[in-house]
Amino acid sequence: MIDSPVLEAQGLERHYDIGGGLFRKPSVVKAVGGASFTLTAGRTLAVVGESGCGKSTLARMVTMIEPPSAGMLKIDGVDVSQPVDRDAAKRLRQTVQIVFQDPYGSLNPRQRVGTILEEPLVINRPEMSAAERQDAARRMMARVGLRPEHYARYPHMFSGGQRQRIAIARALMLNPRILVLDEPVSALDVSIQAQVLNLLADLQQEFQVAYLFISHDLSVVRHIADEVLVMYLGKPVEMASRDQLFSAPSHPYTRALLSATPVADPTRRRDRIRLTGELPSPLNPPSGCYFHPRCRFADDRCRAEEPLLIPAAGHRTACHAVEENRLPVEEVV
Amino acid sequence: MPLLSLRDLTVEFATAHGSFRAVDRISLDIDPGEIVAIVGESGSGKSVSMLAVMGLLPWTAKVTATKMEFAGRDLLSASPKDKRDIVGREMAMIFQEPMTSLNPCFTVGFQIDEVLRRHTTLTRAERRTRAVELMGMVGIPSPEARLKVFPHQLSGGMSQRVMIAMMIACRPRLLIADEPTTALDVTIQAQILELLVDLQKETGMALALITHDMGVVAETAQRVQVQYAGQQVETRPVIDLFRAPRHPYTQAMLAALPERAVGGRLPSIPGVVPGQLDRPQGCLFHPRCAHAQALCSEREPDFLDGVRCHFPLDETGRPITRAVEEIGA
Amino acid sequence: MSQAPSETRTASQASRDARLRALAEFWYYFSENKGAVAGMIFVIIIVIAALGADWIAPYAPQTQFRDNILQPPFWQNGGSTAFLLGTDPIGRDILSRLIHGARLSLFVGCIVIVLSLTSGILLGITAGYIRGAYEVLLMRVMDVILAVPSLLMALVLVAILGPGLENAMIAIAVTFTPHFVRLTRARTLAEIKRDYVTASRVAGAGSIRLMATAILPNCMAPLIVQATLSFSSAILDAAALGFLGMGAQPPTPEWGTMLAEAREFITRAWWVVTFPGLAILLTVLAINLMGDGLRDALDPKMKRS
Repeated sequence: MIDSPVLEAQGLERHYDIGGGLFRKPSVVKAVGGASFTLTAGRTLAVVGESGCGKSTLARMVTMIEPPSAGMLKIDGVDVSQPVDRDAAKRLRQTVQIVFQDPYGSLNPRQRVGTILEEPLVINRPEMSAAERQDAARRMMARVGLRPEHYARYPHMFSGGQRQRIAIARALMLNPRILVLDEPVSALDVSIQAQVLNLLADLQQEFQVAYLFISHDLSVVRHIADEVLVMYLGKPVEMASRDQLFSAPSHPYTRALLSATPVADPTRRRDRIRLTGELPSPLNPPSGCYFHPRCRFADDRCRAEEPLLIPAAGHRTACHAVEENRLPVEEVV
Repeated sequence: MPLLSLRDLTVEFATAHGSFRAVDRISLDIDPGEIVAIVGESGSGKSVSMLAVMGLLPWTAKVTATKMEFAGRDLLSASPKDKRDIVGREMAMIFQEPMTSLNPCFTVGFQIDEVLRRHTTLTRAERRTRAVELMGMVGIPSPEARLKVFPHQLSGGMSQRVMIAMMIACRPRLLIADEPTTALDVTIQAQILELLVDLQKETGMALALITHDMGVVAETAQRVQVQYAGQQVETRPVIDLFRAPRHPYTQAMLAALPERAVGGRLPSIPGVVPGQLDRPQGCLFHPRCAHAQALCSEREPDFLDGVRCHFPLDETGRPITRAVEEIGA
Repeated sequence: MSQAPSETRTASQASRDARLRALAEFWYYFSENKGAVAGMIFVIIIVIAALGADWIAPYAPQTQFRDNILQPPFWQNGGSTAFLLGTDPIGRDILSRLIHGARLSLFVGCIVIVLSLTSGILLGITAGYIRGAYEVLLMRVMDVILAVPSLLMALVLVAILGPGLENAMIAIAVTFTPHFVRLTRARTLAEIKRDYVTASRVAGAGSIRLMATAILPNCMAPLIVQATLSFSSAILDAAALGFLGMGAQPPTPEWGTMLAEAREFITRAWWVVTFPGLAILLTVLAINLMGDGLRDALDPKMKRS
């Protein structure tokens, strides 16, 4: 079945205990406060938000580096929020892989490219011989645009864009069904960014991998995403298809985010939605709707009651003003 | 008279593999009250050139220029003392990482006070008033309370505002901003850029904005200088540059922006920026240029009429058919 | 394109060239420090002397020449070129003893470093990786060892184990271990957060593989520098123990032991005391200078390109 979801998340939450000691209770940070979404093969879900929104924590939960504190997470039909037996855990490991943001920190500087690419096979496919592994590594290298002589080189001899290619190649060695990409092009120059984005699109087409693409750059998201999830301080505030989100954003935060993104066209210097204030501390989030201190449309209900993600006009938005139809319709192209 | 005048600025570093030319004959004029953006990718030398003007490069750098003047005063031959009077008072610079640009051991108030103490003759009480005034100007809420705060207690956006406050303390005539918003979130980025533009309008200072983000350039700058691998390749007013770029690199960079994408694939520029060891003969961009011809690999083009190219692009985006030198334009 | 030349080379050629380039770059930074280069030259001389002692030294270290007791160096009255640096109270050639002593000193340095480095790395990595009660307990034990002056601790250990060069080496190794443990643990804590360690974990790597391939190789740089500097301390400590009679026992030609035997002759026959002392001084100085240069050359922050 092409359209059955590869990943299902329901109400995912992640808490951390910070501080505390012998005489003090630790304070709780809700890094992710309830996220629900699905991933389908060959399609991309983009998670958008600024620092502190919980997107990196979400990535860590989906990659099973950290267990969710609450909620349900089903990968390939298996519920991973419950304890899983070792064989299933091993198989699941290979289903989800990750590409990190920093191309200069994501590769072991003491290992050659060949070793880096073959490591996942050494760990997970003991039946493969050394020759078979090398063959698989070389084929993947060619696939991501690296040359044969790069096999024996160390990471520091490569540029940022090439290192990201190596990181992508490594992530794909185990043929995962889900690839989590944590800001994979943010640290790259524009021209290299374009190369890597093209590569990711090609690979998705070929391997039918589902992408969880985390980014703060809305222009990149607009180009690559099928669906978009906007997060603020750990809570999802809007979820919609790419076209719907960019043509008619409903949540005030989404609108502000889009308005703040610079557009490379000097004839379109428009009035921005000025978002005042700073992100509140995650240790001490505001009451009710987390966004209300910075929102122009906040009323008493917003200050008291936390909004739920409700469907409206093709989007799912967590906003009282949207629910009550209080917001002016703004067209943002 | 231009405020800052640079001609043939060159910076060379002594490295283990020989001398490396990070900046190659950059010329730039900045008029009073103007906003100029210096755009380029990594390796373009945009930061190094401005650091050279400010005198902030390490001793291994060799800085040469046929002209480096600020408000008519020659910076090359100025004594270190004279240079220190200009730099920091009339020419100021803010950097990319606000979290590491402030000294973590001292309070914010102390650091602003330090700048005022060095460059003005105000009394202690007057300095404190000015510090509070500056913090208010840059949009920091409850400035009196914030004077006693340490840098690690501030967010990225707040730290950058403090940096800006410190740098405008002496009412500089030129503010150089080196990727001031790259490390910040998008909404904070918008706030800081707006702040810089507002300050510029209020105080009449010139703003040199170094960035790699074409969106920021489009929204903020009046004039743009594009740099590639240490050389300047195009200098135009911003509307002209975006409407009809003349250098193939500028055209390719604009086409590669995701927001200009048509269809699923982005037109990317093949290859990478040349490093120290693989600088091409002739035009530095020719190995990656879609319009390169034989002449491009033989001779390096001169910077003529705002662009460094043998066959610059015309209004429709196609290269002219005869080399610029032949036309004698 | 600008990358054409490299396409024609094979992979092994490329990696060999890369290694040569790295070596050349290292030498560029290292050679700027003239003291480090001088130190390295001296160390090379000592190593040659140690390795070739049997052939270079004029005589065997234990041979006594009863007719040439306490003979001064050759440039003084009464000296001869047969015994270039003179002889000691029982007629043994000092130069030969020094050369053979070099072998012993280097041997001591190597064994001590190997022992303390190995135990330090094992304990440090596991402490940084496993954390918890194990780490706390281990680090407090290391703190206790560090709290006691190292020579005193070594003396106590040797007193328990019994005097002799082997026991002296074990004792000194114990006093050096905490330094390596702390260094390794600190680096491990920093490395564990790196993305490539997480990537290996996501690929399914177990703890042993993570520690061995992802963490350990990236801890080595500061460890190498510390090891070089500890080498000289080991020689010094062994000499001190020897001087106190708790290290190498006479007639072993260990430099410190030679000093101990020569104590009473300071005024009468200065050469018996001075030359072993000078040997210790110059060797330790040379190794320290070389270690400084090594650290500066390996520190990426001081690099220029």
